[in-house]
Amino acid sequence: MTKQQANWSPYDNNGGSCVAIAGADYCVIAADTRMSTGYNILTREYSKICKLADKCVMASSGFQADVKALQKQLAARHLIYQHQHNKQMSCPAMAQLLSNTLYYKRFFPYYSFNVLGGLDNEGKGCVFTYDAVGSYEKVGYSSQGSGSTLITPFLDNQLKSPSPLLLSVQDAVTPLVEAEAIDLVKTVFASASERDIYTGDKIEIVVVNATGIRREYMELRKD
Amino acid sequence: MNFMASKQPENSLLGPESDSQRTLYPYVTGTSVVALKYKDGILMAADMGGSYGSTLRYKNVERMKAIGKHSLLGASGEISDFQEILRYLDELILYDNMWDDGNSLGPKEVHNYLTRVMYNRRNKFNPLWNSLVLGGIKNGQKYLGTVSMIGVNFEDNHVATGFGNHLARPILRQEWHENLSFEDGVRLLEKCMRVLLYRDRSAINKLQIAKITEEGMTISQPYSLKTYWEFSAFENPTQGAVGSW
Repeated sequence: MTKQQANWSPYDNNGGSCVAIAGADYCVIAADTRMSTGYNILTREYSKICKLADKCVMASSGFQADVKALQKQLAARHLIYQHQHNKQMSCPAMAQLLSNTLYYKRFFPYYSFNVLGGLDNEGKGCVFTYDAVGSYEKVGYSSQGSGSTLITPFLDNQLKSPSPLLLSVQDAVTPLVEAEAIDLVKTVFASASERDIYTGDKIEIVVVNATGIRREYMELRKD
Repeated sequence: MNFMASKQPENSLLGPESDSQRTLYPYVTGTSVVALKYKDGILMAADMGGSYGSTLRYKNVERMKAIGKHSLLGASGEISDFQEILRYLDELILYDNMWDDGNSLGPKEVHNYLTRVMYNRRNKFNPLWNSLVLGGIKNGQKYLGTVSMIGVNFEDNHVATGFGNHLARPILRQEWHENLSFEDGVRLLEKCMRVLLYRDRSAINKLQIAKITEEGMTISQPYSLKTYWEFSAFENPTQGAVGSW
């Protein structure tokens, strides 16, 4: 008798792309709002962005049920932190917590590809990028999800600082001003939705700066 | 030496404990559920079939049930797992009523509870083999959501399970709009159910349409849709065609 194989998978890929760009005094986090499974679109209006703390926002694509569970976990842990420390978690602190939470499930991972964005304790923009099991890095910009292969090269071209051999190593943050960064994000998603079938419908753009958090939307191709 | 130790069959999969209690594949299944928001609340439709593989074994299965005062649950997939979920929800509603505080669980809360249940079962590799549709209205707020067997959930103005996703959602995307009247909503659902009847082999021509509004839930008597099979294009379809397609 041959060994029985499971005929269902505990994972699914619900698609979508996320991007985050750090600036000198702001951070832009964006994601599309399409949720798919296989070749079907489940819904055109699903938010992949979650506010974890006052100055800390996470965008995640991948398997939606795991993403939801991860967001709940982090929100609960943040609440405990607030009770214990009487303050909000800073973005770098949340970044470490996210990494630890992901690694905790190293042997049955959260199928969630995250970018964390916000302001650090000095008010400077910061972006952290993750893989599904928690390895992370502080970067000036990042993209994850189904469209990341299309988006990352474009962001590299526009934002990557020149070689440290020519110029001294600069801050990771981009010299772009907020409005330019938002424009870049819109361009990048418009391009990605041309060729990535899982990206489209609408972009949700969240901007974190000294005045707070604001949200805007842009329509994308529906096909 | 413990001679009474539970013996594991050689073909056992994960886990040291006996796996004979897990759902490995569904046995008696229901097909699509389709639902939409309309002016006064939610309309949901499902046929009354319970298939046993390719046999249409049961033709009087009610796949939609009222949950508490404000919600309506429709299920496709394994019928026994649906009955189990109803037992879970019974207990949930009972405890909610026992508080006797004038408050009652709304559709959003029930949907969240179901999502957690489905996700946790998936985590234990013993899923409830259903796709659920949860609709309702509380304090004027309409709600319509869905959960799959692995915990994927979302809410929208119209949802469907199984084949309904392929056949009914495109129709709903084209023709749904805010503030549908009851008659228009029913007409739209019937249009979807008719397409499913023609094209889904596990669908049967005996359906119910349930409605939930602030006043409560009503479910229609089972009825059947008019169908037409005399399209000229289907008469003698192989004439002039090479092959049998």
